[in-house]
Amino acid sequence: MIINWFRYASPVSFYPLAGRLARVFGVLAAALALIGLWIGLVAAPTDATQGDAYRIIFIHVPTAWMAMIVYVAMAFWSALALGLNARLSAMMAQALAPTGALMAALALWSGAFWGRPTWGTYWAWDARMTSTLILLFLYLGVIALRQSIDDPRRADRASAVLSLVGVVNVPIIYFSVQWWNTLHQGSSISLTAAPKMAMIMLTGLLFMTAAAWCYCIAASLTRVRAIILERERSSGWVASLIGIGTPP
Amino acid sequence: MTRAAAAPPALAEVPSIGEAVVFALRRDLRVALRSRAELGVQLLFYVIVVSLFPLATSPSREVLSMLGPGVLWTSALLASLLALPRLFAADFADGTLEQMALARGPLPAYASGKMLAHWLTTGLPVVVLAPLLGAQYALDGVALTLLAASLLIGTPILSLLGATGAALTLGARGGASLLALIVLPLYAPVLIFGAGAVDAVRAGMSAAPQLSLLGAGLLLAVVAVPFAVAAAVRIALD
Repeated sequence: MIINWFRYASPVSFYPLAGRLARVFGVLAAALALIGLWIGLVAAPTDATQGDAYRIIFIHVPTAWMAMIVYVAMAFWSALALGLNARLSAMMAQALAPTGALMAALALWSGAFWGRPTWGTYWAWDARMTSTLILLFLYLGVIALRQSIDDPRRADRASAVLSLVGVVNVPIIYFSVQWWNTLHQGSSISLTAAPKMAMIMLTGLLFMTAAAWCYCIAASLTRVRAIILERERSSGWVASLIGIGTPP
Repeated sequence: MTRAAAAPPALAEVPSIGEAVVFALRRDLRVALRSRAELGVQLLFYVIVVSLFPLATSPSREVLSMLGPGVLWTSALLASLLALPRLFAADFADGTLEQMALARGPLPAYASGKMLAHWLTTGLPVVVLAPLLGAQYALDGVALTLLAASLLIGTPILSLLGATGAALTLGARGGASLLALIVLPLYAPVLIFGAGAVDAVRAGMSAAPQLSLLGAGLLLAVVAVPFAVAAAVRIALD
């Protein structure tokens, strides 16, 4: 069976599909998170060196990964939006930005609470923390740029260019921060040499990562539905969808 | 002030890339030199910001020589940022930018000329002035040379990356603070390698890796940024 993908490039046909997919991924995210949290908080044993504080890993690592993956996804949709002049791709990029920013913020927040008991400080200028902070700034820049351009089509393309400039810069920023960190801090604080994880912890982490993926997909699809409705509010299909064919 | 002093290339022939760069460069330099006071104020901003740090920390030579490279580099970032709105805004408002986009010459070349002019009027003076200010931070001769060298390679990258931000924010609300939010995170690697080069020689190491990486960044930016800026200008003109 051949699926005509381009059919779903139109907001009219994508809107109901996004709704169905968002429900599926939302339910999946909740189920996976329940299992993952049960493994992480109940089944997994207390760590020998870090005590119970290590359990933050089940939130921290998945959100940090998603923060980076969502940025790449946003850049991918931005490239499509610029290259094919596709409206829906730009809307996807717009919908992904707040989710990515949330993931970066959660990674930093949970990192701070993990750092306090293990490193003795909420914030250290660790290479990965610093580059996640800069990643958060990049997200906020993209969101702010979109907010400050009134014409949605212009906002689409300007933030797409910025996302692409950003995605070229992300590896450079990551590398430079790594470099800076090793020069200045030596090995005083290092998590790279983490002890081997027990199998049960790894399983919990796997479930939580899958849950984070599903959550990000569900959240951005839900947001893209709202964006579609907002952008297409003057079109006939939206009017008939929400049943305001005649003014009240 | 007549902005049409430099006649645009005749319509009969398509200007080459070089001609387009030189045209935009000469025009922007002429406009900049007609408002010398503005250039002076920007340079003064650099001097004042650099002079504030000892007041906020300590006049001890030991502290200052440790802070120096970072302060001089961070201030260079801010000085470059301060001059960015001028790069495209006036030309966008009076329609010059639109004429450049419509002209037969390549828009990336016109944008390159403008960026080069921006660097010559804001980056280069900082490069020249920095060793003088660095001497007040108890940096020795080698460190001062490296400071000037790293700024010489690094400030053009700042102008290029900043121009992308300036072109993207054309016609957007939010102005200078939005520009800062967009551009400053992108400046981070330049700051790290630039200040790092000076720190390396102060610690008795070679600064070659940092300078090489800055040079690589400059080459990458010179090749890629004009196209990004041209795309951003066209988006703004739509």
